Amino acid sequence: MWPTVSPQSRSSPSADGAAILRLEQLTRTFAVGDQFVRALDGVDLQVAAGEYISLMGPSGSGKSTLLNILGLLDRPTSGEYWLAGEQTSTMSDDRLADTRQREIGFVFQFFHLIHRMTAVENVELPMMLAGVPPAERRARAREVLQRMGLEARINHRSSQLSGGERQRVAIARAVVMQPKILLADEPTGNLDSVSGGEVIRIVEALHEEGLTLIVVTHDQALGSRAHRRLLMRDGRIVQDVSG
Amino acid sequence: MRLADRHRVAFSALARTPLRTAMLLLATAIGVAAVLMLTALGEAARGYIADEFQSLGTDLLVVLPGRTETSGAGAGMMSGATPRDITLDDARALLRSSAIAAVAPLVVGESPVSVGSLERDVTIMGTTASYAAIRRWTMASGEFLPDVDMDRESPVCVIGDTIGRELFRGEPPVGRWLRVGDRRCRVAGLLARQGVSVMVDVDTVVMIPVAMAQSLFDSAGLFRVLIQARSRDVMPAARRFVLDTFRERHHGEEDVTVITQDAVLKTFDGILGALTMALAGIAAVSLLVAGVLIMNVMLVAVSQRTQEIGLLKALGARRSQVLALFLTEALYLALLGAFAGLLLGFAGVWLLGSLYPDFTFHPPLWAVAGAVLTSMACGMLFGILPARRASRLDPVAALARR
Ligand SMILES: Nc1ncnc2c1ncn2[C@@H]1O[C@H](COP(=O)(O)OP(=O)(O)OP(=O)(O)O)[C@@H](O)[C@H]1O
Ligand SMILES: [Mg+2]
Repeated sequence: MWPTVSPQSRSSPSADGAAILRLEQLTRTFAVGDQFVRALDGVDLQVAAGEYISLMGPSGSGKSTLLNILGLLDRPTSGEYWLAGEQTSTMSDDRLADTRQREIGFVFQFFHLIHRMTAVENVELPMMLAGVPPAERRARAREVLQRMGLEARINHRSSQLSGGERQRVAIARAVVMQPKILLADEPTGNLDSVSGGEVIRIVEALHEEGLTLIVVTHDQALGSRAHRRLLMRDGRIVQDVSG
Repeated sequence: MRLADRHRVAFSALARTPLRTAMLLLATAIGVAAVLMLTALGEAARGYIADEFQSLGTDLLVVLPGRTETSGAGAGMMSGATPRDITLDDARALLRSSAIAAVAPLVVGESPVSVGSLERDVTIMGTTASYAAIRRWTMASGEFLPDVDMDRESPVCVIGDTIGRELFRGEPPVGRWLRVGDRRCRVAGLLARQGVSVMVDVDTVVMIPVAMAQSLFDSAGLFRVLIQARSRDVMPAARRFVLDTFRERHHGEEDVTVITQDAVLKTFDGILGALTMALAGIAAVSLLVAGVLIMNVMLVAVSQRTQEIGLLKALGARRSQVLALFLTEALYLALLGAFAGLLLGFAGVWLLGSLYPDFTFHPPLWAVAGAVLTSMACGMLFGILPARRASRLDPVAALARR
């Protein structure tokens, strides 16, 4: 199903590498009316730098909730989360934002590009927030877009791009700040298999260069490509398979 | 985030909804323009009154019967019994001071005036030759009242421009006779046309010798005595002399009021200044309304851009960055609106000026600065709520909004 990716790209995870992510008894509950929903129910997890992980499980099992906490978009209700050795629960909101900007790239199912902007402007956005000077960020954005095979689309508005192209712009935006971790929540969920394949090829190529990759997916084939496969059910990781 | 980027992003967000932005700009612009135009109106009224009094000359004292409680332009509130009349002898006595250059007694009344079968009711002013000099009136033709003793009832008169045209139907009036009440008098001169001056329409008056007016209206007392001091510097001396003279002649009672036009002007100035401020206040309310409008539209914008805000946060935007972004937008609206309002306001002021050339319309500087600052303050104040709401959005929920 993913013919463009060669089997050699499957390198073994560096299991003994320093843990870039570490979760301890993580829970997250949501108040819904007078009820509480336990979206995460005691998650323990260690991820070494450079791992390629897929996160699967039935709908509502807590995959997105976990990914959002890993990406510092959300805070756990209890438990601890160390990111690159730092305890995140004590970080201020500003620190979280800065860490997110530096360390983490997000790719979403629905791309979340800003339609009135061109591809290159979308990719510039995180650099703009970080205060990178215009000339430098334009150059960096172009370079990354070229790597995504989008040199011909640089000045297209995102509304003029196909789904696959949009997702590749979104990946460029996610990695242009050179984060250590790329979190993707069903990145191919909204794409046909051909453009989905391109997206996966790109993401895996980035992993080859050392990016830690965590992909949430419902796609069995895609999930099994990862070197480490986590299965969630009812807010818990019930299976953790490597190799 | 760099300042230039922040401005660019805010600006492009506004440019994306041109109609909405235009409406908000208009709302602010109308507020600012209203401040400019209303204060210009108030100031014009003030300037007009000031000019009017200036035309009286700064060396003028006016004596009126009765004592007013205040020294300003009070409406003749008496203290005590009916005051003694001011007589022609009183007026004549004032001429003895070296501080006083001229004295013009004044009697005012209404009387029918006719030439042949044409008749109309006219304001009659009885005075002396000095009056024209004190008021700096000029003649269109002929001469003013003759410089004779105050008691003399010479049968002459001086008429205003409108009277001349209406009663003599375009023929030169000088030398002709007209009837004032039951008396006849010869027209000695025609006043130069000058319209309303100090609230009297000079073009529609007939002036006769003061003694004739007194017997015509059967009154011994004078309505006013106009006194011209030799110079501005001797005004206090002249005033003191006037008061002393009257006290002496009226058996020790100070039963007249002496007003200088400075005092009158000050009072009017105060009243009209307050009026201008009130107008400015009313106009500022419309700025407040514009602010509320900005707030509402910004709140809508925040909810429409929820996903975008979530994205910015996912990309590492701090809360303060999102806040600054939306505040910048509000500030832009206020600033551009104020600028448009200045254009609109000055255009309106110019229009007023060309519609009423007799007045000088200039919005005062404090009103211009105040309007701009108020609109900016409103923009900030009413921008804060939406901006705060944006900055506090939960990124996960915001991104999930479809
Ligand atoms: N903001 C929220 N408020 C209330 N409940 C929530 C909220 N977010 C998630 N949940 C609940 O938490 C549980 C886990 O949700 P989550 O989105 O993590 O599941 P998921 O595994 O990503 O599912 P899917 O595969 O459908 O995306 C679900 O029962 C969901 O209803
Ligand atoms: Mg999900």
